[in-house]
Amino acid sequence: MKYDTIVEDDIDILVCGAGLGGTGAAFEARYWGQDKKIIIAEKANIDRSGAVAQGLYAINCYMGTRFGENNPEDHVRYARIDLMGMVREDLLFDMARHVDSTVHQFEEWGLPLMKDPDSGNYLREGRWQIMIHGESYKPIVAEAAKKSADKVYNRICVTHLLMDDSKKNRVAGAVGFNVRTGNYHVFKSKTVVVSAGGASNIFKPRSVGEGAGRVWYAPWSSGSAYGLLIGAGAKMTQMENRIVLARFKDGYGPVGAYFLHLKTYTQNGLGEEYESKWWPSLQEIVGKEYLDPEVSHLTHRPIPTCLRNHAFIQEVNAGRGPIHMVTMEAFQDPHLEEIGWHNFLGMTVGQAVLWASTDVDPKYENPELTTSEPYVMGSHATGCGAWCSGPSDLSPPEYYWGYNRMTTVEGLFGAGDAVGGTPHAFSSGSFTEGRIAAKAACQYIDDGKAEGISISEEQIERRKEEIYKPMDTYNVYRNEITAGSVNPNYINPRQALDRLQKLMDEYAGGVTVSYMTNEKLLNIGLKKLKLLEEDLEKVAAEDIHELLRAWEIKHRHLTSEAVVQHTLFRKETRWPGYYYRGDCMKLDDKNWHVLTVSRRDPESGEYTMEKAPLYHLVDVDGKGKEDAA
Amino acid sequence: MPTFVYMTRCDGCGHCVDICPSDIMHIDKTTRRAYNIEPNMCWECYSCVKACPHQAIDVRGYADFAPLGHSVRVKRDEEKGVIAWRIKFRNGEKEMDLLAPITTKPWGSGTPQLREVEAPSKEQRDSQLLFNEPKYIRFDEGDIHTLESNGLKMQQGVNY
Repeated sequence: MKYDTIVEDDIDILVCGAGLGGTGAAFEARYWGQDKKIIIAEKANIDRSGAVAQGLYAINCYMGTRFGENNPEDHVRYARIDLMGMVREDLLFDMARHVDSTVHQFEEWGLPLMKDPDSGNYLREGRWQIMIHGESYKPIVAEAAKKSADKVYNRICVTHLLMDDSKKNRVAGAVGFNVRTGNYHVFKSKTVVVSAGGASNIFKPRSVGEGAGRVWYAPWSSGSAYGLLIGAGAKMTQMENRIVLARFKDGYGPVGAYFLHLKTYTQNGLGEEYESKWWPSLQEIVGKEYLDPEVSHLTHRPIPTCLRNHAFIQEVNAGRGPIHMVTMEAFQDPHLEEIGWHNFLGMTVGQAVLWASTDVDPKYENPELTTSEPYVMGSHATGCGAWCSGPSDLSPPEYYWGYNRMTTVEGLFGAGDAVGGTPHAFSSGSFTEGRIAAKAACQYIDDGKAEGISISEEQIERRKEEIYKPMDTYNVYRNEITAGSVNPNYINPRQALDRLQKLMDEYAGGVTVSYMTNEKLLNIGLKKLKLLEEDLEKVAAEDIHELLRAWEIKHRHLTSEAVVQHTLFRKETRWPGYYYRGDCMKLDDKNWHVLTVSRRDPESGEYTMEKAPLYHLVDVDGKGKEDAA
Repeated sequence: MPTFVYMTRCDGCGHCVDICPSDIMHIDKTTRRAYNIEPNMCWECYSCVKACPHQAIDVRGYADFAPLGHSVRVKRDEEKGVIAWRIKFRNGEKEMDLLAPITTKPWGSGTPQLREVEAPSKEQRDSQLLFNEPKYIRFDEGDIHTLESNGLKMQQGVNY
């Protein structure tokens, strides 16, 4: 092998993935561990990596507690309602009680937050959202992380976590390769914070060809948050809870500012309001407890995102599409028109490109909306991720094992998309979770929990061989054929990705089947995923760039398998509008008012599934029904 | 094709290669200039467009749904702390110039060096507080929110 092995030893805190979660972890770790060795390993360049690489026009999670706007429990109730009850309320409360300190620090660091001219407070877009000029959001938080870290390794694709060879189920670092030099990198560390990304591109996208890059979540979000954790045997939760987004068609431009700030609204192809007519039949699926339009109307209690998707999907399937966003009224106001465009330029430039190329001027024409292919992630309106411990002062026994945001693997922490059951964290909440995890990781080390770690040369060599195997496969078999990409001995990463997307779409509830699946389909899906796993052993990489894609598809595959296992386990339709279990078309609170927890045995690849109890925050006097809006 | 590079403007400096989050801006070995090696993994995030010192990189919308003849150009000025956009419609009937701030402080000046701040006390370590808290997290004077302070408890299994 022509590549060097580069070892970074004696690390205290290794941050894998420097998006918003990872930058938060690296930043905060320096405060609690001023003499500790903090290292960041990032797949791209920390200045423009992760889901916020492009910028953001809003911070979607800000309580405003300082201005008397909301308390943490208000946000917990909101997230609970939106996710049909399935959230970790200890983790959510914990994130919400810290998130304002994160946002105010962003302002100190130079992030331009818009202000309400009357009150002087941050300018609200909605109850939880504030508006920002966030083109440089990522470079600014990266600067804070770089000041805290001893070293930032850019362009390192982390492929596996290292495990302690002296104590079972304890993390010992991570390995990966440099996407530029090809060198093998070994990071020996007392703790690891996995803050890599969720998964785009595991379900077949609506776009074809070149446009396949215009996915809602970044194409570089390769599910590594899950691939790394599942591969290390960490327990996962709520992996069935994939998300479908109602967005501007093709460009996937965000609709939040349009609904909340510009006061635009949707209508069907006939120009009619369509949502309310679907509520009675939907109420039969989910029950009045989860959908009560009268209560929602009176109290401004939000109707869950998935249920609004359901109305959208049904209306389109009934032949009354397309669904339009009515922009023509709001855009007559030049100020609002400008905000509408800035909103895209700040975070989804491709939508502006689309409207310019199709001559859609929303001032004179209402643009089309669509529902996206599903995504697997844990920081937007969904909560896939690892089963993590909560904080000592909030968490019931089933949710607590010593260190905040520690997974079920000792010394292995999560932040952002990696943590399960914590939806609606968004950028600021993910950064906050990173901060929380970093403090806990420092405590773990200070308590002596990381003593005596040993990593065998055998483990390091075995991983090295595994990492470069796709290049060996290519070199061995390439010359058996004259030219081209068709080879009986291997598939390339793109071919593997296409196969994954097709099978996830058809068997696990993608767009082409209107998000429908059932037990039989899921079992076929699992079988095909097993075959794909065998073929991924034969994936071939022509160069280091393809090696990166090979490892991304391997992480996406591990993520997908967890999604199918969880979807199979939860025998109900909990989130109509995200997906449907056609064989159990009702929400079933009697059997499934629980969180789903899985573990994949790293040796055998076998899954075990269990139910974990749900705890809800209630007022001490027994209430707890206050409505969030 | 999402991003593409103009032959006459690119000098092969590699700024785009260095910044691309998707690892798809590479230097062509023959022309020694940058190009997009994998358009279907491009998010049109404009990171490379903004990073290019010669305005050599532009975006042509995704071929599967974006007709030719449009333009969304950008100039990001770190010195002035602003970003300027120009949008041109395909039919030539609409043109927009939009300007937004990108930072309020000189680069590198706003973020703290936590190695040099006063080290946290044992009491802080044992508490739930993060750096700089309880500043910014309360309406009134007081400590971090807890179940007790907010009159809450965690109850198993309740439907709400």
